[in-house]
Amino acid sequence: MEPVAIVGVGMTEIMDNHLASNYADLVFEASQKALADAGMTIDQVDNVITISNDFFDGRTISSMAVMDACGSYDKNVSTVEGDGTFGAFYALMRVLSGSYETCLVCAHHKGSEGVMSLITNAMFDPIYERSLGIDAITSAALQARVYMERYGVSEEECALVSVKNHGNAFKNQVAQLPLKLTVEEVMASPYISDPLKLLDCSPVSDGASALILASKSRARQITEKPVWVKGVAHCCDAFHLGDRDLSSTRALEEAARKAYAMAGISDPGREIDVVELYDAFSYMELMWLEGLGFCERGEGGKLTSSGETAMDGRLPVNPSGGCLSGNPVVVAGLNRIIECALQVRGDAGEHQVEGVRTAIAHGINGPCGQSHCVWIMGGEA
Amino acid sequence: MAEKRKDLIKISSGEAEQPFRWSAGADGSKFLTEIRDHKRFMGIKCPKCGKVYVPIRRVCGPCYVEMEELVPVSDEGSIVTYTVVQFGFVDPSTGKQKPVPYCYAVIHLDGSDSYILHFVDETDPEKLKIGARVKAVFEDDDKRTGSLLDIKHFALLDQTG
Amino acid sequence: MAKKRVAVTGVGMTKQRSSRPDVTGIELINEAVRAALDDAGITRKDVDAIVIGNMDHFEGINYVDTWSVDGNGALMKPIMKVCTGGTTGTTVAMAAYYHVASGLFDKVLAIAWEKNSESDTTGAIITAFDPFWDRPCFAGAVAGLALEATQYMAETGATEEDAAYVAVRDRKHALLNPYAHLHINLTIEMVMESPYLSWPVKMGDMCPRTDGACALIFASEDVVDEFPHRPAWILAVADRHLWAYTSDPYVNQKMVGGTWFPAMEKATEEIYSKVGITDPLNQFDLAELYLPYSFAGLRYMESLGFCDRGGGPELVRSGATDLGGKCPVNPSGGVLSSNAIGATGLLRVAECALQLQGRAGERQVPNARLALATGFGGCFWSDELILGVDKPEKPRG
Repeated sequence: MEPVAIVGVGMTEIMDNHLASNYADLVFEASQKALADAGMTIDQVDNVITISNDFFDGRTISSMAVMDACGSYDKNVSTVEGDGTFGAFYALMRVLSGSYETCLVCAHHKGSEGVMSLITNAMFDPIYERSLGIDAITSAALQARVYMERYGVSEEECALVSVKNHGNAFKNQVAQLPLKLTVEEVMASPYISDPLKLLDCSPVSDGASALILASKSRARQITEKPVWVKGVAHCCDAFHLGDRDLSSTRALEEAARKAYAMAGISDPGREIDVVELYDAFSYMELMWLEGLGFCERGEGGKLTSSGETAMDGRLPVNPSGGCLSGNPVVVAGLNRIIECALQVRGDAGEHQVEGVRTAIAHGINGPCGQSHCVWIMGGEA
Repeated sequence: MAEKRKDLIKISSGEAEQPFRWSAGADGSKFLTEIRDHKRFMGIKCPKCGKVYVPIRRVCGPCYVEMEELVPVSDEGSIVTYTVVQFGFVDPSTGKQKPVPYCYAVIHLDGSDSYILHFVDETDPEKLKIGARVKAVFEDDDKRTGSLLDIKHFALLDQTG
Repeated sequence: MAKKRVAVTGVGMTKQRSSRPDVTGIELINEAVRAALDDAGITRKDVDAIVIGNMDHFEGINYVDTWSVDGNGALMKPIMKVCTGGTTGTTVAMAAYYHVASGLFDKVLAIAWEKNSESDTTGAIITAFDPFWDRPCFAGAVAGLALEATQYMAETGATEEDAAYVAVRDRKHALLNPYAHLHINLTIEMVMESPYLSWPVKMGDMCPRTDGACALIFASEDVVDEFPHRPAWILAVADRHLWAYTSDPYVNQKMVGGTWFPAMEKATEEIYSKVGITDPLNQFDLAELYLPYSFAGLRYMESLGFCDRGGGPELVRSGATDLGGKCPVNPSGGVLSSNAIGATGLLRVAECALQLQGRAGERQVPNARLALATGFGGCFWSDELILGVDKPEKPRG
């Protein structure tokens, strides 16, 4: 793949309620931060991709509201509905096509404005599933149960992810929910949908993020610290939960296989220095670690218990605090990419992992991680 | 006609609704508060091109700069374009049939450089025209809640007046 | 990887109908997908990636990309959803174009669909607009377009009868397209006598509400020879989505430097310069334009440079845009004859491809070599694509 780089990133603070701002305001703040980070003006941006979701925004064509705020006036612009990792992938293709030198990508989410259970219930089939009341949390509980039963993963092992990620969030200034927790406290939190407890679930969040991609030649002019996109791929599993082996991560494995091949990575455990993955629920971090090939199937709990995924471990996972510490849906995947870019640059501040050369970011679409997108980034073209 | 087949079942979403609580934002809140409490219009001014926007927004799209300065805008203006709505439809905000006919128009308030959309109290296309002068008519003091509908409609002004 | 030239190599669509209670949305999608795969002589296995588009609230489905996997063929493949309102179908085409142009994918399936029968279309359109500023007064697409019609007639002196010519033309063309929804031999009198929906727009001026799907295969220059039909090359794409509030687009000259439909004019300027179009009426062999109502067929001709400002009525009345004329507009019957909203933009691209491949049946424009497709939506947003028979000398985006 022709090298393309991330040359600027910006995130708003992730909050439970950005009351003073509508989502267009949040997009403007994030985009301005990304431009400032890149040292660019909007005139130097060739085109724009916005990322939104009509259900979460409570509007049809909800991207319309950000057309002033994203800086796309008199530019080519388009909109991806889904996670930020997918939107950024479209931006990457636009730059790779040679039609554009730079692309601004922005995503927004205001979970505080809608009713998440109703919105995520609408992911399910209206004829066969929706009337059962299933939503993101209850479907995830089904997946967690299948996964834990099949591999003998304990609730305590899942709880450890929550303890780790909420702890990491103390060092991330934009995180919503830093918490000093013990496994016992997670275990004592009330069940939301067995086996998922309150502290196994990500919070409802508001936030926006933006990043700027640039072609090889432009990137070198814009910044001394371009973060190169080495490999990206995505893949989608079956829809009906009954059509899937919910304990399987085959779509993630396929996306990862392609992304690793593009990036020339043969031994991810050795070659990847930091991971930012989509931990909407604590068990997901374990499953996705396995799907990304960092351990054998069913071994995610052991890997976590060993301390290897902690900030000071061999493979820090979600040093930002992850989605468990702030989950503006669809923004969340873009945040994973941005966090990896900051890690590669050495600009992650207090939650900087030492010596990061290659990082991996991951996002999901659909119920129970049906569709996965994997990004591999590094400091050298 | 396929439509009339009895063997095909449709599943209704029933009484389901998706409630939302949208933020008007800081500046939008000020606009709505001014209307509610003082029956006054405010616009927001671009520091770069000087355009005054109603509806209020934080960003001037063409200039891509943040706007902060709220400025008074008249409650009178002129019609940019209009239509007389004559087909019945369900208003998604209320779930009820909207009474027709009614006129709604794009209105250019004096002192602003953009347009707002609102009702005009005239349904005869012959009596309406582009450029006609209009003035806002507000709800009674005890009925204003902080919504665009605190403005009942715009009244056509006598062209000689 | 170098940038690739991209062509449409397969076309599939459902018949456009007012209601399809015999299929679910997923099955409707699948009809178009299978038709496109069969047309291209490939199977699901050959597809490298999929792009899908529609508007969530017309069917009430969140994450249509993952919901419709059984119909869209994305099982264990990459799929992405795009959505930009009425322009969704052209946005899907552009996204598929960039998938291939990037060099990452050789064969991409583009799907656009809508089952407008499953919800209240006007209600879903109203909820596209700002809850504070626009929604309390807005009355959906018909009334929003009527505002434009009022303004257009006042500024140019065009009449309701001028607009009726557009509706009559497109509906006549639709009689030659078995896939079109409305097959009505419309007359000027019928349009003029139809009831007002929102003055000055009458029933006969408006598009229908439709259930339908369209799927196209986009292929890289490296693999186009594998397909049975000759490639319809994408020569360029451009779009402008300028506004955020529904009252914003009704600009006058004072406010936006002499422009008229700024989003369309800016997109047109860009795409014409990429392809070298200076005389569209003579250079294009046909145009498939997203005309959601009759007045658009006057005004947009002016913004697309087919005639001078105010010249739309004369151009249309001259017959130059009829089948058999200098540059037929909407040989498919256009949006005025079928409007499954999410699919509508992609159907414009599909018709251009069929025409350039010489496969448009009774409505074939003889020797069609260059075609313009447009999408319209949102706050008077504009998407444009130019397709041609001749492989471009170099990829142009």
